[in-house]
Amino acid sequence: MRPRPRLRWTEVVRARAVVLALALAAPAAAEPVPITPAERRSGITFAGPQTQGLQADDTANPGMLFVLDGAQLWQAPAGSAQRACADCHGAAEHSMRGVAARYPAFDAASGAALDLSGRINACRTRHQDAPQLASEEPGLLALAAFVGFQSRGLPLAPPQDPPMAAVRKEGRRLYETRMGQLRLSCAECHDALWANRLGSSPITQGQAGAYPIYRLEWQGLGSLQRRMRACMSGVRAEPFAPGAPEFIALEAYLAERGAGLPVETPGVRP
Amino acid sequence: MRMTLAAALLAVLAAEAAAQTGAPAPALRYAVLGDTIAASLTGQPGDAARGAALMGERSRSLCALCHAGPFAAPHFAGDIGPSLDGVGARLSAAQIRLRVVDMRALNPNSPMPSFHQVPDAPRVAAAWRDRPVLTAAEVEDIVAYLSSLGG
Ligand code: HEC
Ligand code: HEC
Ligand code: HEC
Repeated sequence: MRPRPRLRWTEVVRARAVVLALALAAPAAAEPVPITPAERRSGITFAGPQTQGLQADDTANPGMLFVLDGAQLWQAPAGSAQRACADCHGAAEHSMRGVAARYPAFDAASGAALDLSGRINACRTRHQDAPQLASEEPGLLALAAFVGFQSRGLPLAPPQDPPMAAVRKEGRRLYETRMGQLRLSCAECHDALWANRLGSSPITQGQAGAYPIYRLEWQGLGSLQRRMRACMSGVRAEPFAPGAPEFIALEAYLAERGAGLPVETPGVRP
Repeated sequence: MRMTLAAALLAVLAAEAAAQTGAPAPALRYAVLGDTIAASLTGQPGDAARGAALMGERSRSLCALCHAGPFAAPHFAGDIGPSLDGVGARLSAAQIRLRVVDMRALNPNSPMPSFHQVPDAPRVAAAWRDRPVLTAAEVEDIVAYLSSLGG
């Protein structure tokens, strides 16, 4: 850990000032509380009618081009094994139905949780003898979009096994940790302020079921981790590295707090 | 307890930034009295015109991300905090100063960042490490501008 600035004495005084303020002023606002299942809403419900229209219409949704690329990659022999995803998994419409709805999931072979992209990369190294694809590489986004698309409309159903419960717990801890120069947590924006606007943007509940998404601002497809990196930079925090266990843990907690919402991949966002 | 509160009333808050980075250490010194900081952080009055311009720069001051007011086009302003229209009539300059310097001294759960504190949360990005969001002079410019609203 980075050595902390020498602030101790100040903190003591500041803590007293807080006690004083509490004694003098109205009660302080409460800590953010998690969204109840009945309140859960996809980010698309906060978007304007044009964006909603783009997501709903497969002939207009720009993310569908990546799904089509993914369908080709699914069939394409890769790596020194020269095996295609389809050689082992057959028709994705059947074998991949419901898979994305329960990721991240625990991978016994590596003893760690994997998100869908990590799972695809595991098949590349273990079964295709192919190198891993980097995060945000078009081929990986396309395969993740294609596999995700096979679960469209199914409710997010995170697995309940004990190893994943531990990962989600860590994810929740990170989600509720204030960070960065602005000292804000994910929970402060997405649990406490989701009915508000940050500048001109509606703050949504930070639900993750539509990823990867086509974001108009990016002019391209991007992963859930790319979105989270943007949120972390926004509070002037150092984002976790792509694929870091912290991101997987956050993804696992996001899946739990969105359980029951439908998979929307590929989503469209402004 | 009374002694503690009295001490807090007159406490001079001083923060020394980490010397490890070799960056110029911002020494943050001010006295909190009740819900105010009475004295200018720079010893000088701020410049209201510069304060207005800074508040209009959404990505530098961040104010308009959360507050409406005459410094931002309405559709660019967020609604997390109250509108700052007429705030100079509601609050004294000394009250505004503490709110901009360290709102979380008044409300530890406020989403409003503490603008003139050395950041002490985890993972502060390298570019922002050990420095407050706004300098003392910038805070004074904003205090001068907000005090002029609605008087
Ligand atoms: C200062 C406020 C703020 C903080 C703190 C913040 N976010 Fe966000 N987040 C936003 C805004 C604004 C957006 C874009 C609009 C939206 O979808 O909410 C967003 C979008 C998202 C989305 C995409 C939602 C969708 O439907 O596409 C996810 C997921 C998300 N954030 C997760 C997180 C996580 C995880 C953290 C903490 C690591 C975090 N956010 C911290 C403001 C914030
Ligand atoms: C040589 C066989 C083989 C190839 C080629 C292969 N996989 Fe797999 N895949 C497996 C096996 C076996 C599993 C079960 C877990 C394991 O043992 O790794 C699996 C698991 C998966 C899962 C998780 C399914 C679940 O229910 O959790 C996904 C998603 C997946 N593969 C996608 C792909 C994609 C995309 C490709 C192509 C880039 C691919 N696989 C290529 C054999 C293969
Ligand atoms: C992330 C949100 C956010 C940002 C950014 C923000 N504020 Fe605030 N502000 C609030 C909230 C919320 C309150 C209500 C008080 C509380 O939280 O306890 C508030 C209250 C205030 C008040 C007291 C208003 C009153 O009528 O009592 C002033 C003055 C103020 N802010 C000025 C500023 C200035 C100046 C900036 C930029 C330098 C700024 N704020 C940036 C959220 C924010």
